[in-house]
Amino acid sequence: MDNKSSKIVLVGNPNCGKSSLFNNLTKLKQKITNVPGTTIENKVGTLTQSKHKIQLIDTPGTYSFNPKSLDEKEAIRVFFEDPSPDTILYIADASNLKRNLFYFSQLAQHGTPMVLALNMIDIADFKGFEIDVERLEKELGIRVFKINARTGEGVSTLKKALFQDQFVPHFTFGSENDHTHESHYDSITKLLNKTTKIKTKRELTTSKIDAFATHPILGYLIFLLVLLFIFQSVFTLASYPMDWIENGFGMLGEYLTETLPDGWVKKLIIHGLLAGIAGVVVFVPQIAILFFFMSLLEDTGYMARVSFIMDKMLRGLGLSGKSVVPLLSGAACAIPAIMSTRNIENWKDRLITIMVTPLMSCSARLPVYTLLISMAIPNTPVLGFVSLQALVMLSMYVLGTVAALVAAIVFKWAIKYTIPSYFIMELPVYHSPRWGNIWVNCWQKSRSFVTEAGKIILIISVVLWFLASYGPTTDQSFSIQESATLEQSYAGHFGKAIEPSISPIGFDWKIGIALITSFAAREVFVGTMSTIYSVGDEENFDQLREKMKKDRHKSGEPVYSLAVILSLMVFYAFAMQCMSTLAVVYKETRSWKWPAIQFVYMTALAYFGSWVVFNVFG
Amino acid sequence: MRLTELPIGSIARISSIEDSPYKEKLQEMGCIPGVLVKPVMMAPFGDPIAFELEEYTLSMRKNEAYSIQVNLLNPLFNS
Repeated sequence: MDNKSSKIVLVGNPNCGKSSLFNNLTKLKQKITNVPGTTIENKVGTLTQSKHKIQLIDTPGTYSFNPKSLDEKEAIRVFFEDPSPDTILYIADASNLKRNLFYFSQLAQHGTPMVLALNMIDIADFKGFEIDVERLEKELGIRVFKINARTGEGVSTLKKALFQDQFVPHFTFGSENDHTHESHYDSITKLLNKTTKIKTKRELTTSKIDAFATHPILGYLIFLLVLLFIFQSVFTLASYPMDWIENGFGMLGEYLTETLPDGWVKKLIIHGLLAGIAGVVVFVPQIAILFFFMSLLEDTGYMARVSFIMDKMLRGLGLSGKSVVPLLSGAACAIPAIMSTRNIENWKDRLITIMVTPLMSCSARLPVYTLLISMAIPNTPVLGFVSLQALVMLSMYVLGTVAALVAAIVFKWAIKYTIPSYFIMELPVYHSPRWGNIWVNCWQKSRSFVTEAGKIILIISVVLWFLASYGPTTDQSFSIQESATLEQSYAGHFGKAIEPSISPIGFDWKIGIALITSFAAREVFVGTMSTIYSVGDEENFDQLREKMKKDRHKSGEPVYSLAVILSLMVFYAFAMQCMSTLAVVYKETRSWKWPAIQFVYMTALAYFGSWVVFNVFG
Repeated sequence: MRLTELPIGSIARISSIEDSPYKEKLQEMGCIPGVLVKPVMMAPFGDPIAFELEEYTLSMRKNEAYSIQVNLLNPLFNS
């Protein structure tokens, strides 16, 4: 067994504790690998014992070998890779063995050695299921282990066994020429009759909790309270690390300003690269906290209930109960949100979810709203307990959500697709959170934001820095501190060029520049404004606000009237100003058609919405 | 009778499943003739419906449940 390296795939149904086992076996030493040219992501971990190395590949949870959704397709792809896996480690929920063994029964025909891990032995015990492991091993002809992936019970024994030789199952599911679902289930029932006993049947607390969670009135009320609590926490908790990050980058910038030799390299590093990196990193706390809560709700089983109670309403809009998770995640960042649509089986449901998710107010819109609201809306209390500013902020979130739902209806009507959608979903038992899984999930989603969005934002930041720093006049030595020269830069020329098309919605060429730069990411708006109004320091919000407020047109009218500010806010709520999202939509739909449609419809919606608002308030 | 006609809490045995694009999915999830099924709760507006299927809970829309034919065993039996 020495000097050997083998490839083991970990497979099983969703909710069977597969991630827990994977995390436990690999001790969180894992990495996500991308298969080039596809959206396929497999988590790979390495186990070693003396000179024997095992490459353990995690796959998305799957119910059968005939995939229904994109993530299930990814799951079975590992079997067709070269080299094909040496062993299949199949994990089954012992408290629900019959259905969990169905996928097993399909894999057992392939002639690949298998190991069976029976998880959630505690719940099975509680339900009164007794499993005769030795008998099961004998019947199947493979090794079977009882484990508890949460507590780690039995995992070390399983791990040792993975380094030994494994066997091909010799039990025949179905018969030689009958592999229907019925015949497989029939064999499974026979197998379980021989190897399991049910002592007593006890009810789990799940049904008691469900009486509240799916109650026609309380159910929605609880969901609303959960949402309010999450968003409140996201904003209050994230503000501390965000301050540290901003201060940290500010200090780093100052340090570099003092130490680096003057020249374009210095400007590129400080105003291009550093500003770009800061713009990405500053959002990580909000995104991480939101995903922490989302993972928590999914892991405990509550999210499945939310899908259950929301399905009927969302169905009318061309979505499904499974769209809840992407839409809510969209409030943090559309990139991981769009990637989480992969478990939606119906192509049309999934596509509509992808198309409308970017209308949900993501965290990149927040600094834009914050600046604009503080300029136009007085901080007066409404009804004595909530400030008018907070109310306007909340209404921007509502606006985004309503726009997403209305857009969904339009897409439902516009996209012709005849295969009916369905909603056949397991309601898992409630259990206390598995913190390891939540932490890993949260970390991986935040990382996908940094890597997916980060790369693009960084490149665009550098390009924009160049466009804003250099102009067509060759003898010009440029200083970013002066607005007058920004006007003469390439960005200024672009801004001027598009001014005629944006003046109907109240924007001048300076806002035009910000719209162009915002295409990298929306929050770049604030940085661009700081540059235009020569506020050296991005953090100096008050100074920027005062300068913007004082800006006048030649006629003496203020540039930022209430109508212009509201028009801008509506524009940022609707416009597709995120390169990274478009790139992810391309990857997920494998066609440029959908990101192109998304870009056009959102921008048109933004222009029209801003035009209406500008004319109503102007 | 059809699965949608069962009152909450009653127990029935699946007799057949009509052909549909989701038949295979239903079968994979354990909806197989002979299996015991018990409606346990409905979402608000009566749709989707959750069923106890021997060892676990499966939810589906009324539309999908309609394609499943069942024989009612004992409407009063409540395990």
